[in-house]
Amino acid sequence: MDLVEAEEFKERCTQCAAVSWGLTDEGKYYCTSCHNVTEISKEVINTGAIPNTKIQAINRGLKRKRKLEKGWDWYVCEGFQYILCQQAEALKTLGVGPELKNEVLHNFWKRYLQKSKQAYCKNPIYTSRRKTVVLEDNLSHSDWESEPELLSDFSLPFVESGAESQSDVTTQKSFPVIKASQSETASVCSGSLDGVEYSRRKEKGIVKMTMPRTLAFCYLSLLWQRETITLSDLLRFVEEDHIPYINSFQHFPEEMKLYGRDKGIFAIESWPDYEDIYKKIIEVATFLDLPRFPDITEDCCLHPNILCMKYLMEVNLPDEMHNLTCQVVKLTGIGEVDFLTFDPIAKMAKTVKYDIQAIAIIIVVLKLLFLLDDNLEWSLSNLAEKHNEKNKEDKPWFDFRKWYQVMKKTVDEKKQKWEEARAKYLWKSEKPLYHSSIDKSVVYKRREMVVNLQKQFSTLVDSTPTVEKKSPSSFQFNWSEEDTDRTCFHGHSLQGILKKKGQLLTTKNSLYWLSTQKFCKSYCKHVTTYEESNYSLSYQFILNLFSFLLRIKTSFLHEEVSLVEKRLFKAKYSKIKKKSSRSKKVRRY
Amino acid sequence: MSDFSDELTRPVAKAVRVETSMLSGTGMYIPWLRKEMETVETGGKQEKDFAKTTNACLDLIQEALLKHQWQKAAEYMHSYLQILEDSDTSKRQAAPEIIWRLGSEILYYHPKSNVETFSTFADRMKNIGVMNYLKISLQHALYLLHHGMLEDANRNLSQAETWRYGEKSSSQEILINLIQAYKGLLQYYTWSQKKMELSKLDEEDYAYSTATQNMLNHSCKTSVNLGALIQIPGVWDPFVKSYVEMLEFYGDQDGAREVLTNYAYDEKFPSNPNAHIYLYNFLKREKAPKEKLISVLKILYQIVPSHKLMLEFHRILRNSEKEEHRKLGLEVLFAVLDFAGCTKNITAWKYLAKYLKQTLMGSHLAWVQEQWHSRRNWWPTFHFSYFWAKSDWTEDKALACEKALVAGMLLGKGCRYFRYISKQGHQALKKKIKRMNKSVKRYSIVNPGL
Repeated sequence: MDLVEAEEFKERCTQCAAVSWGLTDEGKYYCTSCHNVTEISKEVINTGAIPNTKIQAINRGLKRKRKLEKGWDWYVCEGFQYILCQQAEALKTLGVGPELKNEVLHNFWKRYLQKSKQAYCKNPIYTSRRKTVVLEDNLSHSDWESEPELLSDFSLPFVESGAESQSDVTTQKSFPVIKASQSETASVCSGSLDGVEYSRRKEKGIVKMTMPRTLAFCYLSLLWQRETITLSDLLRFVEEDHIPYINSFQHFPEEMKLYGRDKGIFAIESWPDYEDIYKKIIEVATFLDLPRFPDITEDCCLHPNILCMKYLMEVNLPDEMHNLTCQVVKLTGIGEVDFLTFDPIAKMAKTVKYDIQAIAIIIVVLKLLFLLDDNLEWSLSNLAEKHNEKNKEDKPWFDFRKWYQVMKKTVDEKKQKWEEARAKYLWKSEKPLYHSSIDKSVVYKRREMVVNLQKQFSTLVDSTPTVEKKSPSSFQFNWSEEDTDRTCFHGHSLQGILKKKGQLLTTKNSLYWLSTQKFCKSYCKHVTTYEESNYSLSYQFILNLFSFLLRIKTSFLHEEVSLVEKRLFKAKYSKIKKKSSRSKKVRRY
Repeated sequence: MSDFSDELTRPVAKAVRVETSMLSGTGMYIPWLRKEMETVETGGKQEKDFAKTTNACLDLIQEALLKHQWQKAAEYMHSYLQILEDSDTSKRQAAPEIIWRLGSEILYYHPKSNVETFSTFADRMKNIGVMNYLKISLQHALYLLHHGMLEDANRNLSQAETWRYGEKSSSQEILINLIQAYKGLLQYYTWSQKKMELSKLDEEDYAYSTATQNMLNHSCKTSVNLGALIQIPGVWDPFVKSYVEMLEFYGDQDGAREVLTNYAYDEKFPSNPNAHIYLYNFLKREKAPKEKLISVLKILYQIVPSHKLMLEFHRILRNSEKEEHRKLGLEVLFAVLDFAGCTKNITAWKYLAKYLKQTLMGSHLAWVQEQWHSRRNWWPTFHFSYFWAKSDWTEDKALACEKALVAGMLLGKGCRYFRYISKQGHQALKKKIKRMNKSVKRYSIVNPGL
């Protein structure tokens, strides 16, 4: 894309209403503020002025064979592009709208290439080597024609027949530099053209592409589309192999050879970590200089009210609690559009951790209702139990103890299965990666040996695979009325925990304890450390339950609870300063 | 300990059993494995999930093995194998041995496993990394022996024997010796079978000479194989015994004596009671002088004072002319009865009663007092309580009488044990008890008059 303004095009952008247009290499107009690409191409307006802007795209997938390892020439960013494309496809099969891939992610990626000066700009970082291409006027046209249709047709991103002969000429001229450096360091090599250089490159201000950052891209596109998939969902799908991540390189076309330094770039031996990806999301969004994301309104799935409902169902809590979570959302103001919408341009770019926040709200409500001091919740349970025994016809009162028993059992089972499945996870790809051609045979032999041994042991296992691949779902549990082990509490009432006070309903429990007393005043982001033994057992249980649900650290969730409390009680203080009971809460029901 | 004298009869089977129990004993090397895993450090870097899950996998395999869930263990093993591709070199190099140990354990017990599967696994594992080749070959051979496949085991050992890889480390050298020795043991087995056949043949028979010739051939090879190992310090009981048996059969008494003496007395060898037992038995067969036998048994007495040969030792000492020996004879008897396992040994009690009487008659009161001094505090409750008196009387009257006599002599007439037994007016034993009473009256070291 060229940043030279396309001045002749004056229409307002359909996405952000700005009038600031650039030209894509296909000759289409794109909005420079939100990267929305119009359907109107420049040719239609002015056919004469097409390729005088020198476009340098990432099309370097020339079919020149190299001596070391037969295969295509390819660049690291093309590898990531391929992976992103696969991930987008996977998201599509998960039910995400098709626009995500072709419009949003595509644009983000192009913007990334431009910002990181790899393509779509005047002096891409590769120009030093490939000057000839840019200078040779006669080639620019064919080069432009052979531009792959980025992402829009990903199945063959590297194949253009027309450019082959010319590219051969250009590459012969343009590659002596890289060849010399390669022969110097024969021990360090890579299958990709720039793998060695890429792994060395450390430029300030450039966000380098890595495997975890592909997920940041995916999440940003999901967020832009306001899809229902939260970050924890995304990472869970990655772990369950519904989204290509670990060993995603093994689906590269046969001709894209990976070895040497590429191993360090594409091979990964850890699942993504929530905190880490979260940081990378903000980092990438800031780097791409993205505009404010579409508003998260009340009808949007990422709104806390809707997420709270989802998680209440998930952890088998009564539907009636939803009223209370909505109250908390209202009081704390965390349901506001401005609070929820991600704006990377804002001074302190941060995005709401929608999933964790929703859970934190539920935990706060549980604390309001049951106090969770290892005492009140049990005495309330006794009341509920007695009541339920007497009145078998009525809607049953919610019994915390019963809920605890059901949940504890289910979660423990689930956790154990999860741990076993993780222990059985096969990390190594069918296509082993090696450092250099010297150890290639060793690596392949080792691979073969492992496969043979695995074959032998699999004959000892029952023919039915024990870990059948789960179909992806936003819900991890299901509850039913019939099964006593999985009793469903959704329909249970909160009567017995609430009491009438005139027109109002208040919680019987009038006490509250704060998760933390002190917040760091400095810029240090951390709120409080979570020392498990300082807290009640029921609080510990609930934190463990939810953090397992989201696959995050308990301390991380505890922190979010503290943040919600901070907002909740601050609002309370400013509203009713006279009321001395600092923790007494009265709410409309 | 008592088993060892029976060993001569079935040495091969014995050796196999000992070793395979090492191979199969569920709990045996798991603590070791854990230690091994902990020493593999991550080097300060954040541990990757790959390392975490493979470690978790190892834990689950061990747990499954402890619970004898072979199926489950095999399932996890399937995933654990990927550690062979770990990018961490130290872990990758430690992996084959761990996999071999866990895998062989699983295959040993798994219902779907058979000799063929085990052999395929062993053959594969032998060639992963060079360091384990010999160890695995040896264990593989032992597995085959356990399944009665002697020929295959022999072939396996021969193959391992000729294996060389550059500079062998010292640990590998001893393994080669061990492999050769096991091969020797197998040859010994064939030899002793031949010997059995031979004993059925008539000496006049013309088949006899060919058979002897055959045996001789066998023994030559075996001697070479066994001889090398025996030179190295260690516990080589089955090998030593077979070797000596062959030497003796061919009349090489000096050679046998030398081997056994070396095995028992070389200080580089670990202390091994069997070495002395073998030597003693050999000397006895040879009708060696008493003095020599005593010196061998003296050492055994120091290592295992409760060994059943001690009674024989006592007999030799008792008849010795030297006073010093006779004193030792008393000491040995007391020492035998110090052990809970020997409290019902009637021979020991009989000897003690008789010898006490004899010693006291020979007016060596000091000897008895010396022995009794350290036991005064605990023997009465250990041997001579009222409870023992009752139970001994119901179980074994003869034993009770012997014990009562000893008790009477050591503790005087008033002691509970003696009183209980002497009051039992048993018809058949009346005479004995009367004699007992008389002896006690005469010899008791406690003066009843005072």
